Amino acid sequence: MTPLIAACKIGRNVAAAIVGATVALGSVAWAQQSSKAAPETVASVVKNTWKAPAEGWQTRVDQDDTQRLCSETRNNPSKADYEKIRVRELATIVFPADGVVLGNWKDGEAVAQTGTGGQFSDKADGPRGGNCYACHQMSPKELSYGTLGPSLIEYGKIRKYAAADAKAAYVKIFNAQSVLPCSNMPRFGFHKFLSEQQLKDVTAFLFDPESPVNKP
Amino acid sequence: MRHLAEVTLHVWRTLGLVAMLTVCAVASNVAAQQAPDITEKEIERYRAMISDPFANPAYLNVDRGETLWAQARGTKNVSLQGCDLGEGAGRIDGVYAKLPRYFADTDRVMDIEQRLLWCMEMLQGVDTKDVIKRRFSGPGIVSDMEDLVAFIANKSNGMKFAVSVSHPKEQEMFAVGEAMFYRRSSIMDFSCATCHADDGKRIRLQGLPNLSKPGKNAQETMGTWPTYRVSQSQMRTMQHRLWDCYRQMRMPAPDYASDGITALTLYLTRQAEGGDILVPSIKR
Ligand code: HEC
Ligand code: HEC
Repeated sequence: MTPLIAACKIGRNVAAAIVGATVALGSVAWAQQSSKAAPETVASVVKNTWKAPAEGWQTRVDQDDTQRLCSETRNNPSKADYEKIRVRELATIVFPADGVVLGNWKDGEAVAQTGTGGQFSDKADGPRGGNCYACHQMSPKELSYGTLGPSLIEYGKIRKYAAADAKAAYVKIFNAQSVLPCSNMPRFGFHKFLSEQQLKDVTAFLFDPESPVNKP
Repeated sequence: MRHLAEVTLHVWRTLGLVAMLTVCAVASNVAAQQAPDITEKEIERYRAMISDPFANPAYLNVDRGETLWAQARGTKNVSLQGCDLGEGAGRIDGVYAKLPRYFADTDRVMDIEQRLLWCMEMLQGVDTKDVIKRRFSGPGIVSDMEDLVAFIANKSNGMKFAVSVSHPKEQEMFAVGEAMFYRRSSIMDFSCATCHADDGKRIRLQGLPNLSKPGKNAQETMGTWPTYRVSQSQMRTMQHRLWDCYRQMRMPAPDYASDGITALTLYLTRQAEGGDILVPSIKR
């Protein structure tokens, strides 16, 4: 058993350490290529790679204008494009008819914890979630959180539970790029990935004083 | 030899891979903090383990791949030993370190799977429909492709990645791979770069290698595929890894051995230039 544990300890990418000092050499020699692929060439390879997507899935392969601009500029759009994207994305926001953006924080916690839904291996009517914990720290009690996004601990408390800030959070979650064009955060409401109720619930998870997010 | 390997596999299972994984989960966090303390001895031990046919179940795939490589099949009833994987017909030592690459006879850049399929069809006259159907192994499904790749990749052990981008078609394929790496799409707006373009990020507790630049992360990553995935109890190749990442991206499944996968593999392997190859490895 000892060698196994030693192996684990070293970690999944052991070669790392093996390589360590010695191989750094190899990478110096080669500078990043600068020549870019013609868009038509990329498009034809993409077409070849997804020749016959299932019914309704071709739109997932094709890009919308925002995705295309963000890809081409590697999430650094020009000032003009930045503004163009912001305005376009802002126009997609749909608020709940009664204007109430806060739902049930307990259900919102489930939305934040759930990572399933929308994958080709998932059932179409199976559970869906925002998988917020993949990228954000939220409740201090949940230790399994990712770091692609900022920590949201005490998000509502810091903002004194202000109604305007809760509304802004709803907007952010509905369409992250209406606030920050080319953000890496998914546009959950825009893509109808989360339902209106789920959007409200997860906003409440951030803004309810009883939510663990606000209880350090 | 094969029998012993199977016995070892059995021992692995009964020892409890679950227990081992728990240890791994805890230990890998520790390792992350203590990385500089890793001793040469521990590394040597790990090296010995993953190259030990009796400790790494993926050596069953290597064995099966060796048999398949030499077996006469197809309408032409010949083996794959006449297949040119880039260094001349029948040569397998070191070929994996230089794939994907340009092949003059097809006038295309091909990865190892594309090339093997081409050889099966052209050289052996094998109908690859069934081979492609069994592309990923599973309960009751043995994958010829996974076995062959395990066998051939293993013959580059101890070598370093050295793919070429000198031919214009290789340059083009590299550039396409790079564009695909940054290409955002689908209902989560993800690209590969969303998860693999920064140092030291994680999803939940899963560490994410930065594959957007040449160097250590890319070298460690690419130099350890194909790999025996303990969580899946199967040996997997890069085809499966990228299929899985596209699944997370909420994309449709990419076609097996398609040019997009080859382009990305060329891009990633180029970032891994100079990296040591030590396969099949074992991973989570
Ligand atoms: C793939 C990663 C990812 C996922 C999944 C994700 N986010 Fe984010 N989020 C980010 C990033 C990156 C930022 C910072 C950039 C920005 O503001 O757009 C961010 C920013 C935010 C902000 C603004 C923080 C501030 O500075 O005020 C909020 C609120 C937020 N996310 C909530 C959520 C919620 C709720 C979910 C789940 C329903 C979620 N996020 C899912 C990546 C993600
Ligand atoms: C939503 C997040 C996400 C996206 C997007 C994503 N990946 Fe991954 N990738 C992961 C995770 C999680 C792992 C598993 C890491 C592990 O098991 O250690 C992984 C693993 C990998 C690995 C193997 C790493 C290793 O150490 O063995 C490669 C190579 C890879 N991804 C390439 C890609 C490419 C290329 C793309 C785009 C086509 C992509 N990924 C898109 C999350 C992602």
